[in-house]
Amino acid sequence: MSQRIHVQTEINGEAQDFLCDPRESLLDVLRNTMGLTGAKEGCRNGNCGACNVIMDGILVNSCLVLAVEAEGSSITTVEGINTPVGLHLIQQKYMDHAALQCGICTLGLIVATKALLDHNPAPTEHDVRLWLAGNLCRCTGYDKIVRAVLDAAEAMRENV
Amino acid sequence: MTEKTPTLDTASESKYRIIGKRVDRYDAADKVTGQAVYGADVHPSNLLYGKVLRSPHAHARILSIDTSAAEALEGVHAVITGADLPSVSDRIVDLGETATSLRYQSDNILAKDKALYFGHAIAAVSATQPYIAEEAVSLIKVEYEILPPVLDVRKAMRPDSTLLHDDIFTDELGQKSTQASNVASHIRHAQGDVEAGFRQADVIIEHEFETTMVHQGYIEPHNATAIYNPSGQITIWCSTQGSFGVRSQTSDVLDVPISSVHVIPTEIGGGFGGKNSIYLEPLAVLLSKKSNNRPVKLTMTRAESLAATGPTSGSYIRVKLGADANGHLTAAKLYLAYEAGAFPGSPVGSAAGSMISEYRISNVLIDGYDVVVNKPRTEAYRAPGTSNAVFAVETVVDELCEKLGMDPIAFRLLNAAKEGDRRPDGPTHPRIGFIETLQAAQSHDHYQTPLDGKYRGRGVACGYWGNWGGRSSVSASMNADGTISLITGSIDLSGTRTTTAMQLAETLGIDLEDIVPQVADTNSVSNTEGTYGSRTTFATGWAAHKLGCKLIDAVKERAALLWDIPVDTVDYEDGCIFSKANRLTFKDISKYLDETGGPLMVSATSFEGGHGPSATTHIVDVEVDPDTGKVDILRYTAIQDVGKAIHPDFVEGQIQGGVVQGIGWALNEGYFYNDEGQLLNANFLDYRMPTFLDVPMIEAVLVEVSNPRHPYGVRGVGEVPIVPPPAAVANAIHDAIGVRLTALPMSPARVLEAVWEQTPSAYLG
Amino acid sequence: MHSFTYVRPQSLEEASTFLSEHREQARILAGGTDLLVQIQSSSVTPDYIVDIKHIPELNVLSFDETGGLRIGAAVPCFKIWNHHEIAHLYPGLIDAVQLIGGTQIQGRATLGGNVANASPAADTIPSLIVHGAICDVIGRQGIRSIAVQDICIGPGQNALAPDEFLLRFQIKPPSIGFGAHYLRFIPRNEMDIAVASAGASLVLNPDDQTVQYARIAIGAVAPTPLLVIAAGESLIGQPLTNESIDRAARLAAQAAQPITDIRGTISQRKHLAAVLTRRALVKAQERALQSLKGASH
Repeated sequence: MSQRIHVQTEINGEAQDFLCDPRESLLDVLRNTMGLTGAKEGCRNGNCGACNVIMDGILVNSCLVLAVEAEGSSITTVEGINTPVGLHLIQQKYMDHAALQCGICTLGLIVATKALLDHNPAPTEHDVRLWLAGNLCRCTGYDKIVRAVLDAAEAMRENV
Repeated sequence: MTEKTPTLDTASESKYRIIGKRVDRYDAADKVTGQAVYGADVHPSNLLYGKVLRSPHAHARILSIDTSAAEALEGVHAVITGADLPSVSDRIVDLGETATSLRYQSDNILAKDKALYFGHAIAAVSATQPYIAEEAVSLIKVEYEILPPVLDVRKAMRPDSTLLHDDIFTDELGQKSTQASNVASHIRHAQGDVEAGFRQADVIIEHEFETTMVHQGYIEPHNATAIYNPSGQITIWCSTQGSFGVRSQTSDVLDVPISSVHVIPTEIGGGFGGKNSIYLEPLAVLLSKKSNNRPVKLTMTRAESLAATGPTSGSYIRVKLGADANGHLTAAKLYLAYEAGAFPGSPVGSAAGSMISEYRISNVLIDGYDVVVNKPRTEAYRAPGTSNAVFAVETVVDELCEKLGMDPIAFRLLNAAKEGDRRPDGPTHPRIGFIETLQAAQSHDHYQTPLDGKYRGRGVACGYWGNWGGRSSVSASMNADGTISLITGSIDLSGTRTTTAMQLAETLGIDLEDIVPQVADTNSVSNTEGTYGSRTTFATGWAAHKLGCKLIDAVKERAALLWDIPVDTVDYEDGCIFSKANRLTFKDISKYLDETGGPLMVSATSFEGGHGPSATTHIVDVEVDPDTGKVDILRYTAIQDVGKAIHPDFVEGQIQGGVVQGIGWALNEGYFYNDEGQLLNANFLDYRMPTFLDVPMIEAVLVEVSNPRHPYGVRGVGEVPIVPPPAAVANAIHDAIGVRLTALPMSPARVLEAVWEQTPSAYLG
Repeated sequence: MHSFTYVRPQSLEEASTFLSEHREQARILAGGTDLLVQIQSSSVTPDYIVDIKHIPELNVLSFDETGGLRIGAAVPCFKIWNHHEIAHLYPGLIDAVQLIGGTQIQGRATLGGNVANASPAADTIPSLIVHGAICDVIGRQGIRSIAVQDICIGPGQNALAPDEFLLRFQIKPPSIGFGAHYLRFIPRNEMDIAVASAGASLVLNPDDQTVQYARIAIGAVAPTPLLVIAAGESLIGQPLTNESIDRAARLAAQAAQPITDIRGTISQRKHLAAVLTRRALVKAQERALQSLKGASH
């Protein structure tokens, strides 16, 4: 058996360290070792986006990052999206627009939406669809999600 | 842009306080923060991880299995094979929307003598880490004798075909044949005289159609975590559409008492019919038993989910329709051969009952065949079996309209079935709203707005689905503050906790915030069928209404005791209990429970017929790129009779989601097997479900033709939206470029080939 | 999944030394979006994973008027298309890096990985070829340069020696009248592997807008991405007309030697090679004309 490796990282603003096997993905460690199960495994191939996290400011599929690669990184999971006073506006808008059904893709989508609006505070419908195209949802047909994201963007712009 | 999709609400809306409102969903906050616990998130103490070894062959005899190297790997706790499953009898077991023989169910869970499809489970291991379990399965040595795979439904039906099973004898219209066959059954529905009907026809159109196996594509793969404790008590956590189904199926397959199996359903990441049957649960139980009673968690990869759960049938379909010069349908002759996968049980029966039932035709003959092939055993998928059949029917209807020079909606209005008409498969239609959806479509802005532009086309198609009622159980306890804890046995896939609570709140006349709904485990509520068949808001909602009526009776009794008056002098209205001299709110009675008999808890069940069928009319505009064969969806409108929309957001969501699944089925989804029967696209890269960029906004128009047989007029809404899209898109492609496609998916390669056939000079290669 | 050791060299020398000792058992990890999928499916079973993205030289992303564009092999696509100057100067390259996977794949996937993986359908390779990109590779013998069209030698096979790995890509500054475009055909609008693809670049004469230079490359229609020299040469000295574009497109289609697989058929791919080449040229022309217009102001 290969040696387990000590990794130091920052997750949702807190210093964290863990031991991992080199074969474990960041998703495996977040879920199985750190107990952060908000990132979901939908495909393990980078095709569905359910495991999205923000790593050093960039949206990534945590299933396609080795846990050992997280050494020295700063990671935001969906558990780190809430604000100190409660739900993030993005989360609130997903709720307001009934932009979720089963909810399994929702968490990756919320992380991807956060990354989108950090990058582009005023996206068009096409911008939203393009940015989120790596996040599959099988329940909603996407309609209400697009409305939620556009409304969240507008609300966040007004809040600034 | 961010306004909500408008709805066509009827006058009935005003009569309700809560029903019809877009209220907050009870479980939404947990689902946007990551707190909701799904099956794969369960982590009992001392957990082990399991992994399944699967057949790389589509059809092979298993000669030997050597598990010694896997067992010797450090960190491995147990290895199981088919020999670890008890031998079981041949009786039929209910899988929710489908049924099978118990022996087939057991064989599907772990292969015994033969592997019958690529991905068929052969063995399973438990280990301390997922990656050790993965390594361990790679160390199991299986010796196979490879057999010729049977992959094509028509070839499988030939008398000289290789057989999957030597004990399947065709059930030929109720008679068992004597020759073993891959045809498990032949069903027939006949009405009138079909040949006479064709003689009355002025126009007859007949086509053959082929469709490919497709998958539900839920984003959460199957999972199960189980403990077999030292007393023989079994606890299972899993994502399922029906916890009671998991309990009964697991007890059947493992041959243990149903009382020893406790199923705790978690939140579920999509099902669409694919999470009714069990796959992993007995394996997790057996592994736990062999792993010193430690809990074992099994999760499928995406590849396993696509290759080895239950997609829906590929099919070969022939449709012949005749109409007279006035546009009346005179006869329909339909032939359906459906892939069942490796074991009998395709949805050919439900297809036969739904594919043409929205039309009034005197002369109909439907022949359906359930055929085993070396592919995964099929399961239900949203209006099981119907989208591909309706693709065939509605394409031919479109061509009839074309030949007759009739508007497609006018033609359908002329032939629309209504209350009292008899369906070809027997039942008589109750009140249905098909005509109302056609009328709403005809006057809708989408249909009224001309479509301009080269290579653009508009298609119309309709759909029908019978829906289901069945068993549901709920209970209510009054809390110290007068709020109600509502327990339901129905798995909540998309907001049914909330719609159930809404119907209870409406019945009681109390605020929705005063009800806390929860999905319970199998020890905490009575038998409840799975969330399938568009039944939950209908049937569990009905149970909630009955529960409300019983609660009203109960609080009236408590008030009578409190006020020391006869109970028949106590009344209840709008959340208040009153008599001539007294008045209490529903919540206030909680202060007097002890002096009127103690805790208050009631339960109710429903087991009703009366589920109202759904009918729908879809309009789609497409643009075809004749150089690449790509079809873009420009605009989509789905008009559906929803009975009464308890929560319009959720109803729209069901319609939008079903439509987009249907668009995927229409254009790009499909299993791709090689000649050896290996699935080559078992991933979300090449199993191409629609992305955000592939669809426009989907307009859902809610037509409310109340179901007279439900207290709130509810009809199921979840399934019928997937029925028309493949046909609607095909008809739009024809309108755009003049070619009729008769195979699904209508992939760019297929569209291009049709274009080249029409215009050979278009080929530039 | 096969067990492996993870190595994270901090310098070119450290990486070269390790690779020269273990190359046959080692795979290089940059973004990991191909490699980790291959490891998951056990289609590769390395004993060592060498993570080269912490080597400073592989993370260079710069442009200057004399040296042109330099992109370290480990720079993720997202950083390339999010670099406004580069996006402005090389839209035909951005076409490709913005197509790979979804946004979250682009956050990891690198030019180096896409090229080294040597898929016939790799999106960046036809684009790099038509931009005349040179790839610097480093090994025990030092650094050498290879034209990108010479890197792929078969499906999944590249021309690098066992001890070598990709260091960076270099592209000359765009000349006046330069325009390029890359596009692919996929069944959906995102998230697929190219069924066929084409890249084209042009330099138009400022005086009469005839073609001074042209390159056409096609992807997913042969064992490697192909530079179709004849197609480009057919345009030299010509004005761009429907006829000259069609001729070049047909030459590209003739060069295609596709196979039928789960993503496409032979006839579909040959046909698409022509269709996409035509579309690539039309868009490249539009960009070239913009460049001329910009220069004349």
